[in-house]
Amino acid sequence: MDTKNFIIKQISIFSENRPGRLASIAHALGEEKINILAFSIAEANGFGVVRALVDHPEKAYKKLSSLGFNVAFTDVIAVQMQDIPGGLYEIAKVLGDAQINIEYSYAYSGRDAAVLILRVDLVEEAIAKIQQSGAKLLERSVFH
Amino acid sequence: MKCWDPRIEEMPKEDLQKMQYKLLKSLVYRLYSFSPFYHERMKEEKVHPDDIRELADVQKLPFMFKRDLRDNYPDKIFTATQEELVRYHVSSGTTGKPTVVGYTQNDLNLWTTSLARGLTSIGLGRGDVIQVSYGYGLFTGGLGMHYGAERIGATVLPTSVGNTERQIELMQDLGATAIACTPSYLLHIGEVAEKMGVSIKKDTKLRAGILGAEPWTDRMRTRIEDWLGIKAYDIYGTSELSGPMYTECAEQKGFHIWSDIALVEIIDPKTGESLEPGEKGEITITMLQKEALPMIRYRIGDITMVEDGVCPCGRTHPRIQRIQGRVDDMLIIRGINVFPSQVEYALMAIPEVGQHFQIIVERKGALDDMLVKVELNKESFSDKIQDIMNVREKVEHRLRNSLNVNVNVELVEPGSLPRYEGKSKKVIDKRLL
Repeated sequence: MDTKNFIIKQISIFSENRPGRLASIAHALGEEKINILAFSIAEANGFGVVRALVDHPEKAYKKLSSLGFNVAFTDVIAVQMQDIPGGLYEIAKVLGDAQINIEYSYAYSGRDAAVLILRVDLVEEAIAKIQQSGAKLLERSVFH
Repeated sequence: MKCWDPRIEEMPKEDLQKMQYKLLKSLVYRLYSFSPFYHERMKEEKVHPDDIRELADVQKLPFMFKRDLRDNYPDKIFTATQEELVRYHVSSGTTGKPTVVGYTQNDLNLWTTSLARGLTSIGLGRGDVIQVSYGYGLFTGGLGMHYGAERIGATVLPTSVGNTERQIELMQDLGATAIACTPSYLLHIGEVAEKMGVSIKKDTKLRAGILGAEPWTDRMRTRIEDWLGIKAYDIYGTSELSGPMYTECAEQKGFHIWSDIALVEIIDPKTGESLEPGEKGEITITMLQKEALPMIRYRIGDITMVEDGVCPCGRTHPRIQRIQGRVDDMLIIRGINVFPSQVEYALMAIPEVGQHFQIIVERKGALDDMLVKVELNKESFSDKIQDIMNVREKVEHRLRNSLNVNVNVELVEPGSLPRYEGKSKKVIDKRLL
């Protein structure tokens, strides 16, 4: 199967570190009936980056840009994990052994299983290694 | 209190004014004859040296502004050749370009004399140890005070700025009796000393501070004097006039502007008309004896008033009151002049950020803290935290280089900063002086 099917478009939003910014982003997405499937906030001194997987990334990009937000697309992958002790270890070990660096990651507990969202430096290789290990990658179509 | 130069300092006012008239007349003749810049200016203003028939005729002469120095960068309006110069100092300009000031040996002597008179008037002299904690280098504060203090026979402790704990140790070990620095730096020294378990009041010989290069108030003076057990004297000057030049005397009733060195006027900044003593306006100074860079009716941009009566100390020269504000938006951050326009010029050269900005100045402890908020451009946002941090560091670095002060930068969302037509709201100064 083409690795492209496993590359998911995450939206990243630059946000000042002050009250109400996340609310504005969430409100804008809600207005457009865009569903947020997973998200995280990375914070640095004075600012943050909100990262989200949504069901309609293009629509979200357009809406947030029109409101003046700095928005960018980033390629991530999503791995289904066993929701048991040691589940994360399995995945992290596969990537570590292959010398693939995880730039950042966040997880959510899905309906059927836990899901790990990964931003890695070598996307295609990560997809291959994870598939070889027998772990399940979620296809883009699951999200959007 | 004794005078450094009693003949001049206590000269009757009429005699001083006669001396000023003679100096002005010969200055104007000299410049009209030998300086293309002044010649042109006077022609434009349709004024000839022969029109200067009494001291008040100074009002016929055209004004000079900081922009005249900028437009003639670095030395186009100097009236001395490079061979005749013995020193340069450089200060910040309103744009990317700095202002260069050159000095002949006579210019330095005059500057030093002016300070020798001032330091003597506050009771300093042979036997005193004067710690100079103004920056040494391109800034005029350090070297200016240094030579002034040496001239009166005091021992100079040239600590410059920074390494505060060491400054306090030396102050104790070498028995400094006076310190020259910015008032905020002295407060910082006081705070650091307390942390070290040193009381400036009880554990040092310090009894006088010569404080300037930034605005302060009588409220701050009282605080410094009560807390540190010293007398705090204000000092005034700017590099275009030479540097820090005019101090208060022991009476603490305004800066004595030596009439043989400078002719002071207070003008209405809007109309340019001369105001009477006691009226508040923009200080305008003509340097009567400078050789390398004569300044005629130089509009410094500071707001104050002049007091023309004889000082209780006996000196006859006019005094200007503490500086009460600016006609422009210049800021003084840790003793360094900062113009918002400099920030604008620096940002224009950085593609990752927008051109709108906001400056927020606060006092953190005793020291000034300057924050610049600037918008991160869409194209330079990448999702990587490190990339954004790099942009911020780049902006901080560029601003530090062009302003000569440490600046913190906060990146904000595009379109989030207020868009004002005027310049006033670009700066939020929260300092309580």
